[in-house]
Amino acid sequence: MPRSEKTWADEVHRELAAAGVRVVGYVPDAGHKRLIELCHADRRMRAVVLSTEEEGIGLAAGAWLGGEKSVLLMQSSGVGNIINVLGMVKACRFPLVVIVTMRGEQGEFNPWQVPMGEATARVLETMGVAVRQAGEADTIAAHVHAALRLAYDAQSAQAVLIAQRVIGIKSFQEQRSQ
Amino acid sequence: MKATLGRRNVVKELLKERMNLLVVAGLGSTSWDVTAAGDADLSFPTWGAMGQAAMLGLGLALAQPKRRVLVVTGDGEMLMGLGSLATIGVQQPKNLTVVVIDNERYGETGMQATHTASGVDLAAVAKACGIRSSQLVSSLKKISPLRKIIHATPGPHFVQIKVKAEKVPLVLPPKDGVLLKARFRRALLGGSADVLPQEA
Repeated sequence: MPRSEKTWADEVHRELAAAGVRVVGYVPDAGHKRLIELCHADRRMRAVVLSTEEEGIGLAAGAWLGGEKSVLLMQSSGVGNIINVLGMVKACRFPLVVIVTMRGEQGEFNPWQVPMGEATARVLETMGVAVRQAGEADTIAAHVHAALRLAYDAQSAQAVLIAQRVIGIKSFQEQRSQ
Repeated sequence: MKATLGRRNVVKELLKERMNLLVVAGLGSTSWDVTAAGDADLSFPTWGAMGQAAMLGLGLALAQPKRRVLVVTGDGEMLMGLGSLATIGVQQPKNLTVVVIDNERYGETGMQATHTASGVDLAAVAKACGIRSSQLVSSLKKISPLRKIIHATPGPHFVQIKVKAEKVPLVLPPKDGVLLKARFRRALLGGSADVLPQEA
């Protein structure tokens, strides 16, 4: 694991805990590996593995109806899977925080990841989700903090995009060695 | 076997003496069915997000472990979110029941056949996903005993109820999603739910 991931994932987990996040929905992703483990290990949180990212939107909306805060963790490809259901977030003005690890950027080895990666920010903005670009490991927690405040204090939908250069996966070999 | 149950009677029977039950209704006919049984603040009928009814129910069940949660949805809506049965099977929420009102049709789009018309067995899918309490119901006498399951028996539960493919009058809930959300939260959480969290 790159040293930077240990740092930012721990910082983000502390932000989630401090904000009182109780439900964490995720589709596994190599870039989110440590954060997922931290959330699973935290007895204050319920980490829910999803079969597709779309389920996370229903999960988050249902949790908020029940009075609890949530976040969703996904890869940029998963943003393509949530487009229509973001309509519910907008129509009902549900608070939403999505933390996205980017693919299809600098260092990408898989050409099939590029189209959705290039469209991720625009897709989110088009559907009414504000986008915060975290280009450096040491800015991620601050962006997550701001997203949580804007979502839960101001009833908005927020996404934090973590640049691929932060995650740094450039080959299958690197991914497997994680 | 030809279905004999009428959907409106089934849903009305399920929601009788609903007390503190939290209800999510799936897009389309089941939202109208739940409304026809009596519009209520603690019902969240959906006008979109097809495929998400069961997941709304899971999120609610996890957030409110001491309350009982009922999802009432259609076969077409359930088929669009089939993976959520696997997700629910993993989470095993004791307070969640998912009822599928199965008319084997897409009722809002011209009564085209769904997969269940060709024999896709949703109750078997739910069971295979780890929802051990899963059953197929097609007779009237088995409907009211379901209320005990919904209100008291540890779950998760899945119930597929075969109903007639009939067109029934539209009974529409409020359309405004913000209103539906806010009235639900106020009824469940009290007036403080209307107030955004204060500065930390």
